[in-house]
Order: sequence, then C-alpha cells, then structure tokens
Amino acid sequence: MRARRFLIGLAIAAVLFGATGAKAFSPDEPLTDPALEARAQTLNKGLRCLVCQGQSIADSNAELARDLRVLVRERLAAGDSDDDVTDYLTDRYGDFILMNPPVKGANYVLWFGPVAALLVGGTAVFFAFRRTRASRLSGAGRGSASAPAPLTPDEQRRLDTLLDDDPS
Amino acid sequence: MSEKPPQGPQQESGSQPASDGREQGSSRRRLLFVMAPLGFALLAGILAVQLLGGEPKKIPSALIDKPAPEFELPPVQGYDVGLSTADLRSGNISLVNIFASWCGPCLVEHPVLTRLAETTDIPIYAINYKDAPDNAARWLKRNGDPYARIGADLNGRVGIDWGVYGVPETFVIDGEGRIRYKHIGVLTEDDVQGTILPLIERLRQ
Repeated sequence: MRARRFLIGLAIAAVLFGATGAKAFSPDEPLTDPALEARAQTLNKGLRCLVCQGQSIADSNAELARDLRVLVRERLAAGDSDDDVTDYLTDRYGDFILMNPPVKGANYVLWFGPVAALLVGGTAVFFAFRRTRASRLSGAGRGSASAPAPLTPDEQRRLDTLLDDDPS
Repeated sequence: MSEKPPQGPQQESGSQPASDGREQGSSRRRLLFVMAPLGFALLAGILAVQLLGGEPKKIPSALIDKPAPEFELPPVQGYDVGLSTADLRSGNISLVNIFASWCGPCLVEHPVLTRLAETTDIPIYAINYKDAPDNAARWLKRNGDPYARIGADLNGRVGIDWGVYGVPETFVIDGEGRIRYKHIGVLTEDDVQGTILPLIERLRQ
C-alpha cells in the first residue's frame, strides 16, 4: 500500500517535472553559447514587432515576435552574421522591421529633417531678434518703433476731452 | 464728437515718418500671424490624417515585384495536395490568401473569396497559417473551401518568408510567380471590384 502511494507520488512528480521541463525546452530558449546569445539579444532589441509596432521583438509577447526571436537564434546558431540576419528580415519585411531605420534614401529626411528644421528655425529667430534689437537701438533716439512716441499736442487735447467727457 | 473728423487725418500726416516704419514692422508681424497658424494647421492636418485616415498597420510589402519565396507546404489534414512555389508559376495569374481558423476577420472575408472563386477562373491558393490541423479541416468543412490548393504552414516559417505579420493577407501573383500586389486585412467586395480585378485585367494585357 505504501509502495503504491510512493509510486503515485513519483508519477505526479514526473508529470510536474515534465511540464516544467517542456517549458524550459521551448525553442525560445537562450542559446547555450553566451556570445551568440548576447548577439541574439542585441539583434532582437533592434527588430520591430510588426504586430505591435512600437515594441521590439525582444519586448513583445506577440506570437510573431516569438517566432522571429526563434528565427534569429536559429540563424545565428547556423553561423549567420548579424548583417545576414537583418538582411534576411529586411528582404521579407522591409526597413520597417528595423527599430532604427537605415540612413539612406528617403530616410535622410527622417534622420536629418529635425536637425535641419531646428537650424532653419534657429537662424530665423536669430535674425529676427537681431533686427528688432538693431531697430530698437537706432530708433531709441527718435522715440519711434519700440518706445511709444510722446503725444502730440493734438492727441493730448483729445485725451483730455475724452477723460473729461461726461457720459450723459 | 464733432471735432473728430478733422483730427484724424491731421494726426496721421503729422507722424508720417514714424508711421512708415511702424507699417513695415506691422506687415511683417501680420505675415507672422498668418504663417504661424498656417504652419500649425499644416502640421495638425498631417497628424490628423496619420491618426484617423491613414492605417498605420498597413506596411508596404518589401516583396512587391519579386518572385514569390521558395516553399513547399504539406496539405491540410484530410487533403491530398499541399502548396509549393511551382504551383504559382503555372502561367496563370492567381491569388494567395493567408488564413487561419483562429482568425476572425478571415471568416468575414471568406464569402468574398468564395464568390470570387465561383464567378471567375482565377485560382485562389491558400496558406493555412499556424493552425491546428484538425481546426483547419473543421473550419474548411463548416465554411466551405474556395481554394484551388492549400498548404499548411504549421510553424509559420513560410509566412515569415512571405512577410506575413497578420492574417488575413492576400497576394496577387502573376503567371511567372512574381508577387505583384499585397492586400493586408479583410478583403472586401469593394477591394475585389475596385483593386484586385482591375489589376488582374491589366496584368493580363
């Protein structure tokens, strides 16, 4: 009787271990070679999960992201270079799969557009600022543009009548 | 009140040189007041189009005008023939539809594909993407099978070769087996009449 209970316990343990074992041996498992695994992880961080788009395949739980992680590890294990792997994927999915789009063609706008916009805007602001300062300096004596001109006698008279004006 | 009319012009003529410079500055300022909202409106417009109209999920395929990837897939459970690249080079323009029983939108487009298969002689091939074998067979039995041939892509590897990132997707393949068009998402009757059939007509000429 005790032997039977022991056997049942052993069977349950085997099932439990089998379950965790199966999980550990999923194809998403890290590569045994640490250098290769490090390369795989770096690559994964640079590859976009096309289903979720804002995430890399390293961060995503999506099915396709998992499949791509498996693919990256498989290709590295088969001796592919990092460039081979990214070329393989861009051949199929285009540059969009790269988190950092390559610096070429229309992507120049993407990379340097903001810098160019900043330069153009900065230059415009610089000249506008310089011009207003110059006109303020030159105009200070005449009391034009920047400082309000003193009231002419006419204006003063009008102001006085307005202030004295009876609402009735 | 009665003094006002003569005062106005008098005042302006008195301050002529100053008002000239002020005018120049104010016209420049007016230009700025027009340009700034205009620039903002342009930016807001682009963002609105991208946010509401544009479908960010639709990524242009890198495979357009390239030969269909080499593959050979086994049949779906209960079927005799699978699908391979050679089937796509038969000289006929054909469609390749990526579908799965677990994919809801695939069921939505299924009647459209069925009608297309019934009313035209365009062969519709299919890649059954990452499906459980018995689920795929049951789904086809329940909903009908408009496909000329189906290959079962159990691990999704052929799907990756085709640049698939979501089901359903539909490709137009010319007679030499080159990918000429990719439709992402549910294929509607409008897509068929407005895009797919005209494209096939053009390719046939």
